[in-house]
Amino acid sequence: MPGTPLPKMTLPKMTSRRRKSLALVAAAAAVPLVLTGCTDNTKTPGSSASAGPIQVTSNKTECKVSIGSVPSGNLSFAVKNEGTEITEFYLLAEDGLRIVGEVENIGPGLTRNLVVTAPAGKYTTACKPGMQGDGIRAALEVTDSGNKTGVDADFQKLVDTGVQQYTAYVRDQTEQLVTGTKAFADAYAAGDATKARELYAATRMHWERIEPVAESFGDLDPKLDAREADLEPGQEWTGWHRAEKDLFPPAGYTALTATERAKIATQLVSDTEELGKRTRTVVLPADKLGNGAKELLDEVARGKVTGEEEIWSHTDLWDFQANVDGARIAFENLKPALAQKDPALATSLDEKFAALQAELKKYAKGDGFAYYNELGPAEVQQLAALVDALGEPLSKLTSAVVL
Amino acid sequence: MSGCPFNHHPAEAPDGGTAKAGAPAVGPATAPGTPAPVAPDAGSANGGKRGLSRRGLFSLAGVGGAGAVAGLAAGYLSHDAVAAVAARAGTGSSVVPFYGERQAGIITPAQDRLHMAAFDVTVEDRAALIQLLKDWTAAAEAMTAGRTTGATGAVDGPYDAPPDDTGEALDLAAGKLTLTFGFGPGLFEKDGKPRFSLEGRRPDALIDLPHFPGDALEAARTGGDIVVQACADDPQVAVHAIRNLSRIGFGKVRVRWSQLGFGRTSSTSRAQTTARNLFGFKDGTANLKAEDPALLNEHVWATAGTRPGEAWMAGGSYLVSRRIRMHIEIWDRTSLREQQGLIGRTKGAGAPLSGGEENTAPDFGIKGRTGEPLIPIDSHVRLAHADQNNGVKMLRRGYNYTDGSDGLGHLDAGLFFIAFVKDPRTHYVPMQMAMAKRDKLALEYLKHTGSGLFAVPPGIKAGGFIGEGLFA
Repeated sequence: MPGTPLPKMTLPKMTSRRRKSLALVAAAAAVPLVLTGCTDNTKTPGSSASAGPIQVTSNKTECKVSIGSVPSGNLSFAVKNEGTEITEFYLLAEDGLRIVGEVENIGPGLTRNLVVTAPAGKYTTACKPGMQGDGIRAALEVTDSGNKTGVDADFQKLVDTGVQQYTAYVRDQTEQLVTGTKAFADAYAAGDATKARELYAATRMHWERIEPVAESFGDLDPKLDAREADLEPGQEWTGWHRAEKDLFPPAGYTALTATERAKIATQLVSDTEELGKRTRTVVLPADKLGNGAKELLDEVARGKVTGEEEIWSHTDLWDFQANVDGARIAFENLKPALAQKDPALATSLDEKFAALQAELKKYAKGDGFAYYNELGPAEVQQLAALVDALGEPLSKLTSAVVL
Repeated sequence: MSGCPFNHHPAEAPDGGTAKAGAPAVGPATAPGTPAPVAPDAGSANGGKRGLSRRGLFSLAGVGGAGAVAGLAAGYLSHDAVAAVAARAGTGSSVVPFYGERQAGIITPAQDRLHMAAFDVTVEDRAALIQLLKDWTAAAEAMTAGRTTGATGAVDGPYDAPPDDTGEALDLAAGKLTLTFGFGPGLFEKDGKPRFSLEGRRPDALIDLPHFPGDALEAARTGGDIVVQACADDPQVAVHAIRNLSRIGFGKVRVRWSQLGFGRTSSTSRAQTTARNLFGFKDGTANLKAEDPALLNEHVWATAGTRPGEAWMAGGSYLVSRRIRMHIEIWDRTSLREQQGLIGRTKGAGAPLSGGEENTAPDFGIKGRTGEPLIPIDSHVRLAHADQNNGVKMLRRGYNYTDGSDGLGHLDAGLFFIAFVKDPRTHYVPMQMAMAKRDKLALEYLKHTGSGLFAVPPGIKAGGFIGEGLFA
């Protein structure tokens, strides 16, 4: 059934996970194999929505799983910690070694859900009260529900490749950022305001493309990217926006002296070099890519689409484009894997990235963009609507790939 | 609220009164069964005989809703010559006493609705200010008891004059309305000069709040010389109260900002369940509660301070208001794992991530597999917890708000944070500074767009007026 909207698309939201039940999966067994590539049947017409997930109760000595055999597809476990220590739950492959799914750090008294996609086969369940040892294990049989999982053996390889590509992209952007920052800092320190203004937005694009990674270094981010409003009393203001205010001064502003400029420039370069050094060893698992893409769009929705990020230079559209670039690269690196799990989501994201990009292109001017304060309210609204249209499905990318 | 400004007999209006639109103005003495009216005459607002002002009526109704009335000197408070009226009996369950040692609306179990307004005083005349506070006291007492304001209420005045009371609360019960008043720094000083001969009277704790990282305060939502918090179970009752106070104040005060709130986000009594904020999380689980007088003394009620000039605040409190916009749409795209990690509690039961149930004390030391605490270092619960803030607590009384949309298709919605603290220097600023710097929730999902700090004087005794001690 090509073109059938795939119910899987709604799965990662997990808002209805309580309804995603054994009964649903069981009901799916009766459904003929129609949705190739789709493993989830929670939306199958006629299926019951009353039963809950597979119940697992963990205490110090027991790991009770409410059922010993389930049909293949998406399995949902509700793991309740009835013990006094932190517990974990694992779904392991038959060999008892390979982890199919896990949920860690369940505090005493809490319940946490685990949703995994499991093809037919023999599995092992394990609770680990106290997070120690091999855990309390039991066998779980997953019978063939008639639905292929749609995920082939190369899936993990596709994910790994995507992660490698993105890691390389981050490094490349960081290197360009370091080079660009040096050129900007030189012009700025030398008092060549015209050149510095020219370089400002274009150089920052390298930063904005990798913002979630850069922001993961909690000490460097405020030094490099703090806006004036972000400061606490007494905090020294350094970084890009300090220079921005000096290069695009508001009325009544007193320009920095040459010494002060030189100090800002030196600090900017040294902090950026430090960022480059740290980025080389950063580890980016697939969920970081997916969440990073989402966070980039959040950045756009929060600060760029409102024109708050570049309050003096009004170069928000450069940042906007760069955030979208970063998100798109992360998505495209994960796309081969996503196409296996949820082709409809992949298609939808393709379309929405394209629509947003087409809208952005309208404001391209030379190598750059129009200033944000040149846009009218209707234009800003249109951009915001496209960001939302993309942001919502993009937020499902991580769980679609990682699940 | 009573439809008739001149009281209703319980048998006549057992359920909160019946409007008698078009009924001729009648004196209280003519209302059958009206208990113990004091003033004999109901004068019209424009030139009638000066009887005892309704605004000046200090009725026992404020204490218990019974009809007995204690009269005071005629014309004491207001230009209006009015009749004395007692509140209906039978409204006791929906009336929160106005008079008392403390102002109502602080530890009163949080009502469901809010209308808060901050006013700038536009006159510089001390006597005019005092008169306004007296007029407000009388009107507040009447409205919290479920009565109308003014000499002739909403419908019993002269045919050719606008009614004294705006009337939209006719037929409604008192709705547990509380009106809580506070004074902002601007009442004491303007452009560095003292106002209203209040030199030395500004409490040291009534500071100018510092800039907190990330603040995006809008002038039109920030500050104010006098604040009035109206809380009620019925939004119309709360709006009516602010509307009528504003009206009484025209020419002396101007509304600087006001805020509507719905859905209390705090519990201030153990009798209440914990409500949810717009992030969908239970809010106020660990709040100070009315049932903890010792803790309230320690964290909420202000003392006489260190200088004689601030002793008038003894028994009062400090109100912090912050309009906190929530990036709702971005939040909704966040995984449940991250949402819970940001808050430090489960979304369903509200249990701390360290385990247990909603009211289980969080264990910040308990660590998970990676050696990271189960309640993350940058979680909201951890940063706001007394253990992380020198043991200080506050009494929060916030409300959800939505002011429509922002023009970009996003809800202009969030939390209108209100807290009452003993001293903002120790009980608010350090915590907020830490949150603004380290709370990932604040950094990525919240934006503070309005702010206020007000000295809330102690309660008002029958015969007194709001903030009387300040002007003594």
